[in-house]
Amino acid sequence: MEKEYDLICIMCPNGCRLHVDKDLNVTGNKCLRGVNYGKAEVTHPTRIVTSTVKIDSHELAVCPVKTKDPIPKEKIFDIMAEINKISLKCPVHIGDVVIQNVCGTGSDIVATREILQ
Amino acid sequence: MKQKDLLIIGGGSAGLAAAVSAYDAGVRDILIVEKGPFLGGILNQCVHNGFGLHEFKEELTGPEFFSRLVDEVKERHIEYVLNSFVTDLTKDKVVSYTNREDGFVQVKAKAIIMSAGCYERNAGAIGIPGDRPAGVITAGQAQLYMNEYGYLVGKRVFILGSGDIGLIMARRMSLEGAKVLGVAELMPYSNGLNRNIVQCLEDYNIPLYLSHTVSRVYGKSHLEKIEISKVDDHMQPIPGTEMTFECDTLMLSIGLIPYNNLLNHIGLPTSRSRGAWVNEHMETKLDGLFSCGNVLHVHDLADNVVEEAKVAGKAAAQYLDGKLPRHEELIKVEPGDGVGYTVPCEIDLANAEAVVPIKFRVRKPSKDVYLEFKFNGETIRRIYKQTIIPSEMEITPLKKELFTSNTGLLTVSLVQKEAK
Ligand SMILES: Cc1cc2nc3c(=O)[nH]c(=O)nc-3n(C[C@H](O)[C@H](O)[C@H](O)COP(=O)(O)OP(=O)(O)OC[C@H]3O[C@@H](n4cnc5c(N)ncnc54)[C@H](O)[C@@H]3O)c2cc1C
Repeated sequence: MEKEYDLICIMCPNGCRLHVDKDLNVTGNKCLRGVNYGKAEVTHPTRIVTSTVKIDSHELAVCPVKTKDPIPKEKIFDIMAEINKISLKCPVHIGDVVIQNVCGTGSDIVATREILQ
Repeated sequence: MKQKDLLIIGGGSAGLAAAVSAYDAGVRDILIVEKGPFLGGILNQCVHNGFGLHEFKEELTGPEFFSRLVDEVKERHIEYVLNSFVTDLTKDKVVSYTNREDGFVQVKAKAIIMSAGCYERNAGAIGIPGDRPAGVITAGQAQLYMNEYGYLVGKRVFILGSGDIGLIMARRMSLEGAKVLGVAELMPYSNGLNRNIVQCLEDYNIPLYLSHTVSRVYGKSHLEKIEISKVDDHMQPIPGTEMTFECDTLMLSIGLIPYNNLLNHIGLPTSRSRGAWVNEHMETKLDGLFSCGNVLHVHDLADNVVEEAKVAGKAAAQYLDGKLPRHEELIKVEPGDGVGYTVPCEIDLANAEAVVPIKFRVRKPSKDVYLEFKFNGETIRRIYKQTIIPSEMEITPLKKELFTSNTGLLTVSLVQKEAK
């Protein structure tokens, strides 16, 4: 890396203050997730995207979904466009894949709630 | 009148976890009364991730988190009623609720757990000068519309208050195509978690105006624009610092208040958290009435809510077994300098477990300080903190043997580290 970074870890609500040096050594973390986050954030930042998808149900207008794995940050809006194209039918279970390999990221979009009718 | 061993008011994270822990401690005759159409409480609308790292050791979204709790309730066949609003509670522990099928129902309970969550401070509470148009909405209400009903409440949004719900909604509305123009925060620091400043504002280039407030609202029938101003040390707008933003929505994220009205109504003492006064077993001043979750004090983490609710559930079981006597000798717990409130407010050492967790919030962000626990004037524990902020609840476990007596006063204060 060209320079050093001071970051706030977003992996959990602790929000550790991380320092990443030029050799990608991470300090200030309370757990291993912080090391991985720190390295990824200065090389190829990723995020989990959560949103909702239209569903034909008596209970709710929309079903919550997420990317199963973190996706490259710059793909967030492309992924939102795909999420907003689809709609679901009941029943839906937690973990059901609603879009496979979204935008070629290798991550699926999965449902995060059970909606039976 | 119906009879129940344990009645639980509210089926959110707190109510569900309390029910499961009471069941696992032997209580069988339990009823959860929930006013909404689903169990799970506020997490029904929290579709974002960031839950469960403590409780389930993985990162879950709100719905995934509450679904696990609901599964635990269903596995145990714990009884619950939905769409049922608790309207009253008496000192004899008679609980009244209403719903469409059964009409008005009264239940005499041997023990009660209060877990009704919290509500949002609204526009009326802060009296912003100017017009009173449509388009001014609390962030939690906007979140409900968005994440359960599928409505985007506006296209050009300004947010007042940097609480977590506002930050989460700033991202959510940006993702759905709205333009979020900025967030104004009265205090010189943010009230949200740092991670949310990063992933909800910075990721979407949304400016945060610290020490600013909305000084005027404009709009005939619908909101047209707002004016923000920088504030002075007394939180008053400074003339000449005005900026205006054309927007159709002003979202408020200006604080949560424990929804403790039912207990206030019967005159139970409250703590400075605005929730009930409780002891180390989450028992209020009324025998057999317990309180936990956001109705007791507002939590940042659902995991902490679950932890606290488990204590309340287990305590209710002990109470029903006649194993939670009240003793004369008590330790009072009070917030000292720099601390806003504590939970619990009292410790009955004879009943206490080996470790008593003391939960509190500091009043303002501080650096290079000690958290000082004094018992009857003597320091029994001191913890160094490089940084400490009001938006993160502190939990300090105190070992029972630190207390040299069953009576006295425990204080928690913030002490600045002396400069060398
Ligand atoms: C917008 C938002 C975002 C959050 N984000 C996170 C996060 O990222 N990570 C995290 O760990 N935590 C987060 N939290 C905090 C955490 O989720 C909550 O503090 C926790 O879920 C609260 O649980 P509770 O049971 O105390 O309250 P609630 O979930 O509010 O449950 C209270 C229940 O009581 C019911 N009720 C109220 N009054 C009555 C009555 N009179 N009769 C019958 N029923 C009644 C309500 O309908 C509700 O279902 C967030 C909270 C909010 C509001």
